[in-house]
Amino acid sequence: MEAHLQFLVKKKITLSFLIIAFLVFCFLILNKALNKDKTYSPTFQNQKVTYLPDFNLPELFSSNEIQLSEIVKDRDFSLINIWASWCVPCREENDLLKNLSNISSLQNIGINYKDKKKNSINFLNNYGNPFKYNLVDYNGTQSINLGAYGVPETFLINKNRKILLKIIGPINNDHIRKIKEITNG
Amino acid sequence: MVKKKFIILLILFNSVFGNCYSENEPFSKLENDIAKNLRCLICQGQSIYDSNSEFALSMRVYIKDQINSGYSESQIYKILVKKYGQWIVYDPGYSKKTFLLWVIPILFFLLGGAIIYIRIYKKKKT
Amino acid sequence: MMLSNLGFFSLFLGLVSSFTVFFCSVFNIKKNSLKLENKIYKFLTFQFFFVVIGFFILLYSFFTSDFSNATVYNNSHSTKPLFYKITGLWGNHEGSLLLWLLVLTSFILFFFFNSKNEPKNFRLYTLIFHQIIIIGFFIFVLKTSNPFDTLFPIPTEGLGLNPILQDPALAIHPPVLYVGYVGTSIIFASALAAMVTGYVNSIWAKNLKKWVLISWTFLTGGILLGSIWAYYELGWGGFWFWDPVENISLMPWLSLTALLHCISTLEKRGILKSWSIILSIVTFMLSVTGTFLVRSGILNSVHTFANDPSRGIYILIFLFILIFMSFVIFLIFESKNLENKKQIFFLSKETSVLINNWFMIYFLSVVLIGTVYPIFLDVITSEKISIGPPFYNKLLIPFLVPFFLFMSVGPSMNWIKTNLKFEMSYIYYFLLTLIATGITVYYLSQKNLLTIILIFSLVFLIIKTLPNFLKNNTNHSQNLSHLGFAMLMLSILFNSVTSTEIIKNIKVGDSFISKNEKITFKKVIKEEERNYSSIIGIFEIKNNYDKIIKLNPEIRIYNQPVIATSEAAIKTTLFKDRFITINLIKDEQLFNVRYQNKPFMIWIWISTLIIIFGGTFAIFSKKKNYS
Repeated sequence: MEAHLQFLVKKKITLSFLIIAFLVFCFLILNKALNKDKTYSPTFQNQKVTYLPDFNLPELFSSNEIQLSEIVKDRDFSLINIWASWCVPCREENDLLKNLSNISSLQNIGINYKDKKKNSINFLNNYGNPFKYNLVDYNGTQSINLGAYGVPETFLINKNRKILLKIIGPINNDHIRKIKEITNG
Repeated sequence: MVKKKFIILLILFNSVFGNCYSENEPFSKLENDIAKNLRCLICQGQSIYDSNSEFALSMRVYIKDQINSGYSESQIYKILVKKYGQWIVYDPGYSKKTFLLWVIPILFFLLGGAIIYIRIYKKKKT
Repeated sequence: MMLSNLGFFSLFLGLVSSFTVFFCSVFNIKKNSLKLENKIYKFLTFQFFFVVIGFFILLYSFFTSDFSNATVYNNSHSTKPLFYKITGLWGNHEGSLLLWLLVLTSFILFFFFNSKNEPKNFRLYTLIFHQIIIIGFFIFVLKTSNPFDTLFPIPTEGLGLNPILQDPALAIHPPVLYVGYVGTSIIFASALAAMVTGYVNSIWAKNLKKWVLISWTFLTGGILLGSIWAYYELGWGGFWFWDPVENISLMPWLSLTALLHCISTLEKRGILKSWSIILSIVTFMLSVTGTFLVRSGILNSVHTFANDPSRGIYILIFLFILIFMSFVIFLIFESKNLENKKQIFFLSKETSVLINNWFMIYFLSVVLIGTVYPIFLDVITSEKISIGPPFYNKLLIPFLVPFFLFMSVGPSMNWIKTNLKFEMSYIYYFLLTLIATGITVYYLSQKNLLTIILIFSLVFLIIKTLPNFLKNNTNHSQNLSHLGFAMLMLSILFNSVTSTEIIKNIKVGDSFISKNEKITFKKVIKEEERNYSSIIGIFEIKNNYDKIIKLNPEIRIYNQPVIATSEAAIKTTLFKDRFITINLIKDEQLFNVRYQNKPFMIWIWISTLIIIFGGTFAIFSKKKNYS
């Protein structure tokens, strides 16, 4: 009887210890979760998609179909920027993109996202045209094909369409520095 | 005056609501079902079906295109998971990462059943 | 400005009274006198009184649109209708916590004046544990979420209330839900007190049952209001999205439902003592966990409050203090409340209660794991996943079939032992169910096996429950709630398998066909209201019998803050809802129109109301002894 009781007490102590350990674990996890960024952005993971898929899109002015794999051959690096005339950050980004078009090994390719032709041409006239090619994604499906989710969004790729850099949201000076490092090096 | 105000409002509407798909075809049940199972990246609490963001609207057209080019529902999920990560689908799927997610509730069920069985059938110790 | 300072001061005095009550109770326990000190009554009333003053000051500030108060400035606007000015008080984090405090302090006052027949020390310990909760929330309000922050210079206009919150169902949703949540705090405090004083027995269970019923009924009502709001306001015809914030209200409901059944067993048979205590503790812990998850911003959901991490860490620590406290008390005092392990027979009411609890805990574990798993996975592996309807459907629906079948036979079991005799009625019930299921399945043309089995088990449940109303020796409030639950599940099932929808982009003047109805988009009207302007679409729906139904969905642009909402137009009839919403399409003359046929919608609300009636009758019914 005595031994049995002792066994029960021991069992109770072990169980309590386990429960407390579990509670402490939960507390630590939740505490850490509090300071984590809750919004999801596909860049943090998904390292598997390293190549941009090839696609055809019409050109803005001429409406001729242009194939991505054809035009990326021209230079060592291509910067693909998804933009729209109705997108406010795209206006601020425009100057930085013009700045980048001076790099000889790099070409800028613009993808006009869900826009009206008139508005986008006006935009390029007013703010300047930093792009060598202006492609049009009228219904936004090609951008989804690229794994993008809004404007502005930018990819830096090489000749083989390997993604070297992916920028969600407007480009800043840090990104410019990175792009210059990659393209000059 | 009222008219002018209304025009301003219309512009506001336009900035709030999206530039939608232009097709006049209604969406099929399959398209709606797929949209319900996808999570919108812009309004992160909503499904593609519930959301009105540009992204969601484009995604619906994308789903339609994929169905028309002969992909099945599960293939479309796979394509999108590859592009955007597991986060985009509401079904967490079966994998090493979600093993515990499926197993813990089932363990609870089995454990509960066992406790009740013991309570009813095990003879009292004297 | 003056008023806001007064409000803060009043809350501070409330906190002082709380501490006074706490210490008075602690000292009173040691005294041998059987009488309670008058001081406790006095300060308990003071505590409530000061919160009421704070509450009314904030109410007055909202009422008069006093923008020197930061809470009013952030959540109100002078052009807002009076009703929403007032309900705007709890449409935000600070104000809703004040409401929470108001309910907490009023409940303990109510409990204290209504428990005069119970042992002195039990009442004192209940008070002590409940004061710990009140003090925790007082400090939380005063330190991290003061509703009386002032602004200088005084802004001339407020920022306004989010228009999707300007809805009658949502306006009364928080008070109802909070009564449910706060009721669980009384259950929690009372359970710990009963443990400490060795008072876990039938009398305790009988008294506690009222509180369980109150919380349960209000929580059900709160969930119902939230779903109605989602259906009418969120715009897409859904009423339950398995969103984390919805799950949070469902979790205490599940454990409360388990407790409701369990506490009757304790009352009648004096068994399941420890289990009742555990359920009481768990229920309140789930309520606080819900508060933590909603207010810390840890969840990625549409309806979380705007928040900062300091609040999160405060509630997290508070939550774990409560958990540890209850755990330690449980360990120490469990032996004081050991039960005489009576034999449970398989065919008995005890078993059916255990089976109910078994399923409830399983459902609870599914919802809990589904809600917190993404948080844990993200911290441990940095992988982000989404858990939505497919997960819950897969884990819950198959288990519903046995649950419904157990539920249909459970209530006809007797306490201790049931002698099962073969009766012809069983065969009648079975045949009746079979025929009814057959007709339903044929009429709805269902081919899915799981759906057919679900319909069968639910019809059986209804057919078994209905005759109970004719018997005198059954618990009619229980019958009512069970019937309501069965009808709810059946309506949800019918609704989900027979809903149809058409989404189409059309111009004014166009029309389209849905099933045997012709929907015509007649025209567009523009209207200006005080705090919004709207575009109203005039639609006509004509069916085969040339009956015309008019529906006028709306797009509203609110001016403060500028947010567009889509107001659905819904035509409710006994057997189906017609649901239509419109949206503008940028740069085009087209409107995006969603037309949905949603059968049995009204029955979802009616059935939930029946469940609530069941609960209400049980609260007010004089105790009878059922066999």
